[in-house]
Amino acid sequence: MIEIRNLTKIYTVGDQRILALDNVSLTVKKGEIFGIIGLSGAGKSTLIRCVNMLERPTHGTIFVDGQEITALSEEELRVARQKIGMIFQHFNLLSSRTVFNNIMFPLEIARVPKKEARQRVQSLLEMVGLTDKADVYPAQLSGGQKQRVGIARALANRPSLLLSDEATSALDPQTTRSILELLRDINRRLGLTILLITHDMNVIKEVCDRVAVIDNSRIVEIGDVLEVFSNPQTPTARSFIGTVINREIPVELLHRPNGDSGGKTTRLVRVSFIGASAGEPIISSMIRQYDIEANILYGNIDRVKDTPFGNLALELIGSPDMIDSGLTYLRNRGLEIEVLRSD
Amino acid sequence: MIEILTGLISQESLISFWEANSWVPEALAVATWETIYMVAVSTFFAYVFGLPLGIILVTTSPGHVLENIRVNQVLGSIVNAVRSIPFIVFLILIIPFTRLVVGTYIGTVASIVPLTLAAIPFVARLVETSLKEIEWGLVEAALSMGASAWQVIYKVLIPEAMPSLSLGVAITTINLVGYSAMAGIVGGGGLGTLAYYYGYQRYEDLVMWSTVIVLIILVQSVQMLGDNLAARIAKKRR
Repeated sequence: MIEIRNLTKIYTVGDQRILALDNVSLTVKKGEIFGIIGLSGAGKSTLIRCVNMLERPTHGTIFVDGQEITALSEEELRVARQKIGMIFQHFNLLSSRTVFNNIMFPLEIARVPKKEARQRVQSLLEMVGLTDKADVYPAQLSGGQKQRVGIARALANRPSLLLSDEATSALDPQTTRSILELLRDINRRLGLTILLITHDMNVIKEVCDRVAVIDNSRIVEIGDVLEVFSNPQTPTARSFIGTVINREIPVELLHRPNGDSGGKTTRLVRVSFIGASAGEPIISSMIRQYDIEANILYGNIDRVKDTPFGNLALELIGSPDMIDSGLTYLRNRGLEIEVLRSD
Repeated sequence: MIEILTGLISQESLISFWEANSWVPEALAVATWETIYMVAVSTFFAYVFGLPLGIILVTTSPGHVLENIRVNQVLGSIVNAVRSIPFIVFLILIIPFTRLVVGTYIGTVASIVPLTLAAIPFVARLVETSLKEIEWGLVEAALSMGASAWQVIYKVLIPEAMPSLSLGVAITTINLVGYSAMAGIVGGGGLGTLAYYYGYQRYEDLVMWSTVIVLIILVQSVQMLGDNLAARIAKKRR
């Protein structure tokens, strides 16, 4: 759906050249929700704005739906943009127009016949649940309602791609959740591809299929959300995940003095599990089968999109052979094991 | 003023006062009409030229939808140059042009030319200021939908700036009332001429004070109209 190749953006401010994007390549598949996460100033905003050419790339090419967007003329670009919806952190609704006419706006630009346009606005209002607010001005709406109008407006021309520029960053957690639900619903029902940028890992966790972590103008990590959550490769990714899921084992556990182990060995392991296995009593069957004592020191279970995801810190006490077999047993069941401390 | 008041005390002097000044109300009415006419027509033409000029000043600025730095700089300097000439000097300076356009440089119609020309750059800057207040995000949103520069201008910038633009019209009109009085001194007609010839040169206090009162009423009404309009637009959107 989107193919970004070797995208570089350099801003020139006076004599200074600021590298905002450094040779970024990225592919977003049709129908997926792709999230880009990064701290402010990392370049994510520049990246998403290059996709509809609100920013002109310094180097590199971008294809959207097979069309090389970076090579279009002004006129062609305008037509192409009609098929790329965009929503914004601060909503950017026109205060001079009612909700109805705000959603009408992109249809006027695309010169959709009035009658058809009105019908479309009606059904969009229904979709975002704001039929009763049609004749109200944006100033009277709450943040969440404004973003719903923004979403309806972005969908008016039936785009194949929706760009979301920090769309939930100005909203409270509850409203954020309802907006994210709406986005996911739209993604499923319309098969709409969504590219979103955020600094909030919760957004990635709730709705994204894949994620790219951007740091210092480069993409440092990219993959399925579950994969990145369960096995982050970079410190940046790890710290983002840490904001929503506590993977870190408290230091005092790592340095717990060993008790009298009586010829047995003690190992501290982290067990990460994803998906169905979280529902099965794997740990307890391991304990029974291999005669291991297990001490659960720490644990949590979370959901990433709809998949359960969690990790446990276990202190395993038993004969070394049995512990090794036990861990193999766990690995074979698809759990990920990391030995944190062994005697 | 005091003479007038004391003169009013006895009825006899009141009659003689009236006889002496019976021409004033009519002269005042004619002059008021001339002023309104001059100001209205020149405000209108000042916007016909000044509004597009202001829009061009905004949209050709760096990063905007019609970015053109050379055009922006040239127009900007012309606007500044005209605005730096005091109106009374400008009035005399462009007499040849006024004559070319109207055939004469005396009278109400002739005054419209310098009034309009002097107000155009003023209007352009006011419009520019109003349009610059519009959040850039709105322009970007429109661009992201595929809007052309023209659509950004007439569907986003102008409607969004409407409350501020209508206040600008009031400010321009009031300014032109003042300018028209100056034009009056060189024979432009209207309240300026009346006050100058009768009030100043012939020490007719009654004329002087009447024109002042009419001017105050005029300016107040225009400001109130502008405030009302702006408030009504803003209230509707609230």
